Amino acid sequence: MRAGLLSAAMITIASTAYGDAGGDPKNGERLFNQCSGCHQVGQGAVDRIGPHLNNIFDRAAGTAQGYRYSDSLERAAAGGLTWNYETLNSFVENPRVLVSRTRMSFRGMNDQQDRDDLLAYLRQFSASPENIPEAAPTAAAVDHEVAPEVLAIVGDPAYGEYLSGECTACHQTSGAGDGIPAITNWPNDDFVTAMHAYKVGVRAHPVMQMMAGRLSDEEIAALAAYFESIE
Amino acid sequence: MTFNRRTFLGSAALTAGLLAAPMVRAQGKPRVVVVGGGAGGATAARYIAKDSNGEIDVTLVEPTRTYYTCFFSNLYLGGFRTMQSLGHSYGTLAAEYGINVVHDWAVGVDRDAKTVSLAGGASLPYDRLILSPGIDFVDGAVEGWDVSSQNAMPHAYKGGSQTELLKAQIMAMPQGGTYAMVAPPNPFRCPPGPYERISMVAHMLKETNPTAKILIADPKENFSKQGLFEEGWNDNYAGMIERVGPDFGGADVAVDPAAMTLSIDGDVNNVDVCNVIPAMKAGRIAEIAGITDGNWAPVNAADMSSKMDDSIHVLGDAAAQGDMPKSGFAANSQAKVCANAVRGALTGSTVFPARFANTCWSLIDTDDGVKVGATYEATDEKIAKVDGFISQTGESDDVRAATYQESIGWYDGITADMFG
Ligand SMILES: Cc1cc2nc3c(=O)[nH]c(=O)nc-3n(C[C@H](O)[C@H](O)[C@H](O)COP(=O)(O)OP(=O)(O)OC[C@H]3O[C@@H](n4cnc5c(N)ncnc54)[C@H](O)[C@@H]3O)c2cc1C
Ligand code: HEC
Ligand code: HEC
Repeated sequence: MRAGLLSAAMITIASTAYGDAGGDPKNGERLFNQCSGCHQVGQGAVDRIGPHLNNIFDRAAGTAQGYRYSDSLERAAAGGLTWNYETLNSFVENPRVLVSRTRMSFRGMNDQQDRDDLLAYLRQFSASPENIPEAAPTAAAVDHEVAPEVLAIVGDPAYGEYLSGECTACHQTSGAGDGIPAITNWPNDDFVTAMHAYKVGVRAHPVMQMMAGRLSDEEIAALAAYFESIE
Repeated sequence: MTFNRRTFLGSAALTAGLLAAPMVRAQGKPRVVVVGGGAGGATAARYIAKDSNGEIDVTLVEPTRTYYTCFFSNLYLGGFRTMQSLGHSYGTLAAEYGINVVHDWAVGVDRDAKTVSLAGGASLPYDRLILSPGIDFVDGAVEGWDVSSQNAMPHAYKGGSQTELLKAQIMAMPQGGTYAMVAPPNPFRCPPGPYERISMVAHMLKETNPTAKILIADPKENFSKQGLFEEGWNDNYAGMIERVGPDFGGADVAVDPAAMTLSIDGDVNNVDVCNVIPAMKAGRIAEIAGITDGNWAPVNAADMSSKMDDSIHVLGDAAAQGDMPKSGFAANSQAKVCANAVRGALTGSTVFPARFANTCWSLIDTDDGVKVGATYEATDEKIAKVDGFISQTGESDDVRAATYQESIGWYDGITADMFG
């Protein structure tokens, strides 16, 4: 509804103001084809397979009225996830970094310039785009995606079982997940990706940042191997 | 013939030898006795039994048949939990993990003979003894109070009936009456516990007895999550709670259980409920075993073994270990490190380096949860803090509600981790 107020003039102003500040919205509009099968944005946009993306900048995650989100996204939202340059950049790169069990089945957009272009395009459909900060100075340096060689480490499940003693005070091995999510029987890559997201601080949860913060790559791999083996 | 006969005898002897071997081993199976079936003891017993696949004989000595957790007992006071939901039986530990659960008190430890004697008269031999007896109270800590006054002035600092008694007394307060707490000095079980309790009592009184007052006599300058609690008390229970710290005589208290008075710095207050939480020490059996130094039992951080006897390990509240708070989470964490080390010592299984963690949640009001936590490592000297975090003042309602939901998830998680 807010988007109805956006005028063509405003869009033009925005694109000249931000056109060379990091992203090219023209190219972003083209790239949005990768999203438009599921999402609408702009005047009259409604929820489709995915929620509409008007005013997505500074919008708290999981708040498109009437749209039914996955439990995983709802939980991330309850934990305070808000869409801004950094979180969108990470989500578009690989949705599972931030939301492991999201229903958005999109394999990700690898190229940083493409993501900048896409975000420059989406930014135009948020109110007062001129007030929305560009990428935080540190953001570009953060590596969201886990390197392939880290994902490839084969963990030792026996060590993982011992280390899991640190987790099972909160995460139940039965797979029950009220209040604290279930983490049993996950694919290795999703588990490792989620743990690294806490470790590098892309995911904001303080307990999990602390727990993941002192785990080495090998230890994360060991935990992934152990938890994956629990039915 | 002779040859055959010899062969026969020989193989018979051999067979007998082979048969005898497992029996000898069965008799010689290493024995672990765990005293106390709470956060530390139940976890240690379960992990040793689970991971040793029958190679270690585990006996758990615990007088009560149902363990009522202290954690979440404040939520029972606030009306958020039933007492029944806090009770846990030892059935699964016995049936599924093959732990020999003995419902009795341990009354003596013979460290030379390596036996534990029980009130019922039995004597249990051990190769390793694990003590996780929780706390007892220091005699004479609060003038006018001893354990015989605990019905008139409950501590409600051990689970179950004491907590029910305190709740009944609070419910029976006259309109506009006073609930008083004598808070304990450091170190004590659950540093945020008394202040979460204040929050929950205030929550209940706000509904049932809104003109009632809460008076705290506190010997400590500062307390855990103080900023968070004080913010919550101001926002939700303004004008209800008065805390008298040491600068105004909060350390100089005396009670009279017959007259129901609490005097602070000589000032006599008539109160309707008096919740006396005295100074604490290790559960008495640690002292009886002769492994305490002062009020607590010093341990080595790497495996939680006693600094005075390396066949005895001490877990949880009773241990003097260094930086960890005395919490259920900490006891559970220490138990897993200890279980791994004990199994390694007795069966040669791999011993991984110790690592510990703790998180303590507190509920301030409906859907208003906060938390504090840290990770720890073992140094030669103690369990040392590595990293930590605490909830912030002014957090959004959503974050606080999510924190409360987490604490419920944790309760289910840790009790499953203790009792199977
Ligand atoms: C109000 C309150 C709120 C709390 N909230 C939290 C919280 O939110 N989070 C948290 O992590 N912790 C909390 N705690 C702290 C937590 O309850 C304790 O730190 C934890 O229970 C300590 O575990 P333990 O194994 O040392 O002792 P306990 O759990 O007390 O277990 C000791 C057991 O030993 C038995 N025992 C004692 N002596 C003998 C003997 N001689 N022979 C045989 N058995 C014996 C007792 O019957 C008891 O069952 C709270 C405590 C209180 C009082
Ligand atoms: C195959 C369908 C699909 C594609 C393609 C897709 N999405 Fe999504 N998207 C979804 C679904 C479904 C959700 C809801 C996720 C959930 O609830 O877990 C979602 C959620 C989101 C959200 C969170 C919105 C909110 O309200 O919290 C954002 C942002 C988003 N998508 C952006 C994008 C962008 C940008 C692209 C293109 C690069 C894209 N999506 C491609 C289906 C898709
Ligand atoms: C003190 C409680 C606690 C401990 C201990 C803990 N976790 Fe968590 N964990 C949580 C909470 C709460 C969340 C949800 C966080 C969020 O919303 O981002 C979580 C989330 C996760 C997730 C992501 C789940 C999802 O659905 O996205 C993984 C994976 C995970 N934890 C693994 C672990 C591992 C491995 C350990 C042990 C090394 C561990 N946790 C220890 C509380 C805990």
